[in-house]
Formats: sequence, structure tokens, C-alpha cells
Amino acid sequence: MATDISQPRTRAPRPSIGVVEWLRQNLFSNWWNSLISIVLLIIISQVLWGLFRWIIGSEGWIAVASNVRLILLGRYPSAEVWRPQLIVAMASLLLGLSGGIWRGIPLSLAAGFSGIMLLLGFVSFAMPASETPLPISTTLFLFGTAALGAAGIAAAWRLRDMLRWPVVAGWLLLYPVAILILHGSGGDTTIGTNLWGGLLLTLLLSVSGIVLSFPLGILLALGRRSKLPVIKWFCVGYIELIRGVPLVTLLFMASLMLPLFLPAEVRIDAVVRAIVAVTLFSAAYLAENVRGGLQSLPRGQTEAAQALGLNPVQITLLITLPQALRAVLPVLVGQFIALFKDTSLVVIIGLTDLLGAAQAIYTQPQWLGIPGGVWRETFFVVAGIYWVFTFTMSRTARKIESNLNVGR
Amino acid sequence: MKRQMLVLLVAALAMILAACGGQQPQAPAAEPAAPATEAPAAPEAPETPDTPEATEEPEATEEPAEVPTAEPAPAGGEMAQPVTGGMLQTIISRGNLICGANQVLPGFGNVDAAGEFSGFDVDFCRAVAAAIFDDPTSVEFRPLTAAERFTAVQTGEVDVLIRNTTHTLSRDGAVGLDFSPITFYDGQGMMVRIADGIDSLEDMAGARICVQTGTTTELNLADNFRARGLDFEAVVFQDADATFAAYDTGQCDGFTTDKSGLVSYQTKANDPSEHKILDVTMSKEPLAPSVLQGDAQWADAVRWIVFATIEAEELGITSENIDTFMDSDEPTIRRFLGIEGDLGEGIGLPNDFAARVIRHVGNYEEIYNRNLGPDTPFNLPRGQNALYTDGGLLYSPPFR
Repeated sequence: MATDISQPRTRAPRPSIGVVEWLRQNLFSNWWNSLISIVLLIIISQVLWGLFRWIIGSEGWIAVASNVRLILLGRYPSAEVWRPQLIVAMASLLLGLSGGIWRGIPLSLAAGFSGIMLLLGFVSFAMPASETPLPISTTLFLFGTAALGAAGIAAAWRLRDMLRWPVVAGWLLLYPVAILILHGSGGDTTIGTNLWGGLLLTLLLSVSGIVLSFPLGILLALGRRSKLPVIKWFCVGYIELIRGVPLVTLLFMASLMLPLFLPAEVRIDAVVRAIVAVTLFSAAYLAENVRGGLQSLPRGQTEAAQALGLNPVQITLLITLPQALRAVLPVLVGQFIALFKDTSLVVIIGLTDLLGAAQAIYTQPQWLGIPGGVWRETFFVVAGIYWVFTFTMSRTARKIESNLNVGR
Repeated sequence: MKRQMLVLLVAALAMILAACGGQQPQAPAAEPAAPATEAPAAPEAPETPDTPEATEEPEATEEPAEVPTAEPAPAGGEMAQPVTGGMLQTIISRGNLICGANQVLPGFGNVDAAGEFSGFDVDFCRAVAAAIFDDPTSVEFRPLTAAERFTAVQTGEVDVLIRNTTHTLSRDGAVGLDFSPITFYDGQGMMVRIADGIDSLEDMAGARICVQTGTTTELNLADNFRARGLDFEAVVFQDADATFAAYDTGQCDGFTTDKSGLVSYQTKANDPSEHKILDVTMSKEPLAPSVLQGDAQWADAVRWIVFATIEAEELGITSENIDTFMDSDEPTIRRFLGIEGDLGEGIGLPNDFAARVIRHVGNYEEIYNRNLGPDTPFNLPRGQNALYTDGGLLYSPPFR
């Protein structure tokens, strides 16, 4: 096109603009632009100054600092903190190994995770000593996790091919093993889910939601494209019904209605019920996303597979599904982000997730003397935790998206 | 084919709506929508009003059953025993009590930094557990929101609800709860600025008053001002904390909520000494534990556990001095502590249940002072929550 030739010429003047010139051109080009700029500048500096003064001067941070465990683990017994710590360490090692094996996105995730752990390790020096001593010192744990992640990267860098399958198996086993470790195996070692809370519960709900809804959603998506009317109608009915109601409704159904239908002796755990509701909800949306991927495949793919003599199961598992999932991967990550935030709704059914922990903290009586309460500080920190997770996920989704586009 | 599918869908939707109708007030609004969208759904529609009745029916039918069991109990303790109200047996065989509690109300139900529940209501949960198991830790706390608390009792999700719940007729009747004696007499109060020179509600004609919307508080406020022929402007908020924040920043002349809440809010104010709480009490808010209607034995057990804390205060028995009472000669005390007689048996509890409660949790005064008393940030005067001998309303029937 014609612009191709003119490109160097239009770009040239840019570097010659100095800061003052740029300001004059963009912010103070005439009197009313200058007025708007000055007013906005005053407002912005006021807000930033206020924020800064609040962050530095507020005495409410002590509430957050002394309730770190409530935010992270809820009412999980302090003597058993090693269990979640063990899981985090395992995840860190796996992440490090994956980073070393596949490089790219896993590598930056692993490096980022270890970096955050390292940072938190330094921050933990500044924390007031916990009332109840932890079995493994928190600082040691944080540095250890960071080191484990780095060690994973280094180990996998060398033994790339040897570790590939063990790491995949490790990831697949991580979820059931984590649940087993957290819950214990019966007897005195069992820790009831009523004690799980905070970030632990938020992560559990969202990870369970995505892990369990994944197979269910794929089955529903395939079922919806089935030629058998009963299966098809069932799937269509399920998907449209679930997508037609808000998550809150499902949570209320699971929490309040389900016990009415069950005999009195049968008690289903409140967390399990929430997980079921979240899974059912997420599966319907996942099914629609996967169906979109399936529909985007050219017909030729299936026809070519048929011509090669593959049976329908083989066609689905080997040809259509992998391509469809690849196409919708960024969308699925987006859905995971939404699900992660949606889990905060479980506060309504009395579970103490991250948001619930914040509520529990700012209503503790010992902060009553602090003018204005401590809810701003508590919510600020909790919002920060949500942000770190969702921002990481959305950046990852964007990277996956751009990687896939390069591949095509 | 498409039409069939739609019919199926609408039918399924109607059934879900019917199921929701039992619990949620939105259901009636959604109900007419189903027949409107699709004619074949009309036969399904009657199901909607049916189902809520069906869910409530068990309570209605059990109500008469409760009367005969309750009658013979005073006549002879033996009679109550055979009518094993299941619930107590279920709790004993389960090995712990499940108590519906609040975790976001300072002083009444809270989770501390160590993850332990504490508060006035929470201590009564512990008292019930102590009476049954001789162990105040044999209790699982189920945090409940205001929206789900009654359903949680109805579905057996919790054994007992001790979550700052006001005892009212409709909750006793239509909701299907059985209330225990009142543990805390609360009432709606009004906070104003001292500088405004307000001494009573009569001085507040035309005032702007911050109030949380959708609560009985809002209705009581309107009732009280109408009864006095006064105008006022309600400034409403969804959230209790936002309501107070608005008052504290000067958007309103007054702030109203329950008096126990006002006291804790005053400490949160930017300058607590600027504010005062008027003497007037605009409504009765008696807070009481409750259990599901239809199990007289269990309701009796909870009732007398609460009475035991009050009786203990009257007798001067505390968790510290209880051992000196164990060899008391006074028959009242001997019966009360279960050293002689078989009082506990009549309500399905061990004879020394009162002693267990006092030893592990303490008497009413100890519970009150631990959570709301002078050493706490609330420093709430006993007021109506004093013993009848001190001019309050707490009164326990005799243990005999």
C-alpha cells in the first residue's frame, strides 16, 4: 500500500520532541486545555497524596498483620499449617520443573511465583510475631519455597526429556493429593472442611470448579452436538437452564434446598455442596466455549479423519477435540478468572472465603477503638490478593493467545 | 421438535421455580412469568404454590404432637423421657453439637486472629455443648447469614441457632422455631451529636436520620416518629457500616440501630466523645436461642441450659468458686448442681448439666462480662440484662 513508502518519513519527527514540548502540545495546547490539565493534576495529586498518607499513616494495618493466617487459611488449625505449606511447596517445585521443561509461559510463571515468595519472605521479617508459633517458621517456608522453585527450574533445564512425563503426572495428581493432605485420612488427623477458609477456600473452590467442570463441560459440549435426540435435548436443557440462572441461585439451591430433599441422616458437607454448585455452573459455560471451538473447525478435518478409517471416538479424541480446545484455551482462562472472582459469592451461604475472612477481621472487637474502623485496610489487602491472581491469569491468557496466533 | 424442547424446558424451569418458592420471596414474582411465556406450562403452575406448603407441612403436623409431650412433662419427669425427641440422641451419637452462629457481629459472634470463635452468643453454644458432652469444645460452629439462618434450622443443618435472633411471634409460628429464654434484651436506640443539644426524640423534628434499609429498624423508626407526630428524613443505606460512616461524616443528625450496636459504633467514630446515645428505646429486640419446632425434649434441654446460667448468677456460683459449692448443704444448690435428685433426666441431660455449664463456660454474669462487660471495648451496662433482683429482666424458674 501507499503508506508503506511514507512510513519512515512520518516516524522521523517523533524523537525530536522534548518533554516540555510534549507537555505543551498535549496538555497545554490552548487555554482551556491548560485549565483542564491543571484541574486534573490537582485532583490526581490530591487523591494520590491522600492514598499515600492513608497507607503510611493508618493504624488499621495492624488488624491485617495480626490476621494473616485468617486471610490465608481461615480457621485451619495452627498446628496443621504444615499441610497447606507442603502443598504450596509441591506446587512450587512442579511449577519450577515445568518452567525448566517447557520454557516460555511456564518459565515466567515459575520465576514470578518464586520471586513473589522471596519477596514475601523478606516482608515476613517486618511482621509482628504470631501469637501461636508455627511448626515451620513462615520465613523459612517462604524462602524454601522460592528456592524449591528455582531448583526445579535448574533441574529441569538439564534433564528436560527425562522429567517431562513425571511432571505431567505430578500436575494431574496434585489436585487429589492436595485434597487428601488438607483433609487428612480419617481419625484424629482429619480436618473438617468447616475449618477451611480464606484464600485456601477461594483457591479450592475455583480450582475444583475448573478441574471438575472440565470433563463435564466437554461431555456436555459433545452431547449437545450429538445426533441422538435424548442426549442432545438433555445437554441443551442442562446448559440453557444453568446459564439462565445466576450463580447465587445455584449456591442457595445447593446450600438450602438440597438438605430438604435428602433424608435427615445424610449430611453433605457445606464446602462440597458449594463445590458442586460452582462445578455445575462452570460446566455449562465451559460447554458453550468448547462447543464454539468445535464449531470453528472446518468440516474437512472430520471428513479427512473418516477417510483415514478412524472411528467416531478416535476422531473426537485425536482430531477434533484437541484442535477445538487449543482454539478456546484463552477463553477458558478468561472463564477461570471470572470463576475465581465469582467464588466470593459463597459468603452468602456462610462460608468464610477470602472475602468472608475480611468481613470477620474488620468486625473483631479489638479494633473498635481505631477511628473509622479497619475495613478499608482489610478490604484493600484482600482486593490486592484478588488482583495479583486475576492479573497473573489474564496476562497468561494474553500470552497464550499471542503464542497461538504466531503458531498459525 | 423445537416446540417439544421448549415445553420440556419450561416445565423444568417451573419445577425449579417451585422448589425455590419455599425459601425465596422472589419466587411469586417469577411465577406468573412461566405461564406467560408458554401455554403448556400452565398445568405446571399450580405446583408452585403446592411445594412450599409441602415443605412446611412436616412442621405443621408435628405441632400437635408437641402438645401432648409438653403436657405430661411437669406432671412427672419420667413421662418426658420415653418421648425421645431424636435430636438430642442424634447430637450425642454424632459426638458434637452444630451451632448456627454469627461471625461478623462484634461482641456476639466473631472469629479471632487464631481462628477461634468468641462472643456472647458463641459462649451459649459452648454452654450447650458443655452440658451435653462435658466439653465446651465439642461444638462445630456454622457461620450463618441473616438470609439463611432460619432455613438452616428447618433443614437440620444446625442443631441450635444462637445468632442474635429476635424472638417474634411470626418466627415462633410461621417460621417454625421454638425459642429458648431470652439471653439478651436489646432495643433500638438513637445516636446524636452532643453539640446538637438533642435530649429526646421530640427534639428531632425534621431531623435527617441515617438508617439501614430493609430492616425492622427502618420500620420501627417510622413508627416511632409517626406515633409522636414528628417529621423526619430517612437517609437509607444498604450496609450497616456505610450507614454509620454517613452519620460520622455529618450527613445525618441521628443514627439508629440496636443499642448494643450503637455502643460499638460509637467507639468506631472519628471522635467518640462527640456523640451520645439517647435514653429512648424505640423497639423491643429480645435475642434468644432457637431450635426447630417439634422436638420438645431438645427445646427443653436448650431452655434449661440457658436458665442454668441465670440461676447460677443468682446463686452466686461462678466457674471459679463452683468447687466450694459442691459440698454445700443447701438443698437448692445440691439439686441445681446435680449432687442429689434427678432433675437433668427429665430433659434428657445428665443431672450435673448445670455444674458442667458453670465449670466450663461460667454463669450469665461471667459470659456477659467476658464479651460485653467493662473489660471489653463495648463496656455495655447490664441495664435490662441484669437479674430481676437488680432491677433487670433475667429470671430463672426454680430448679426443682
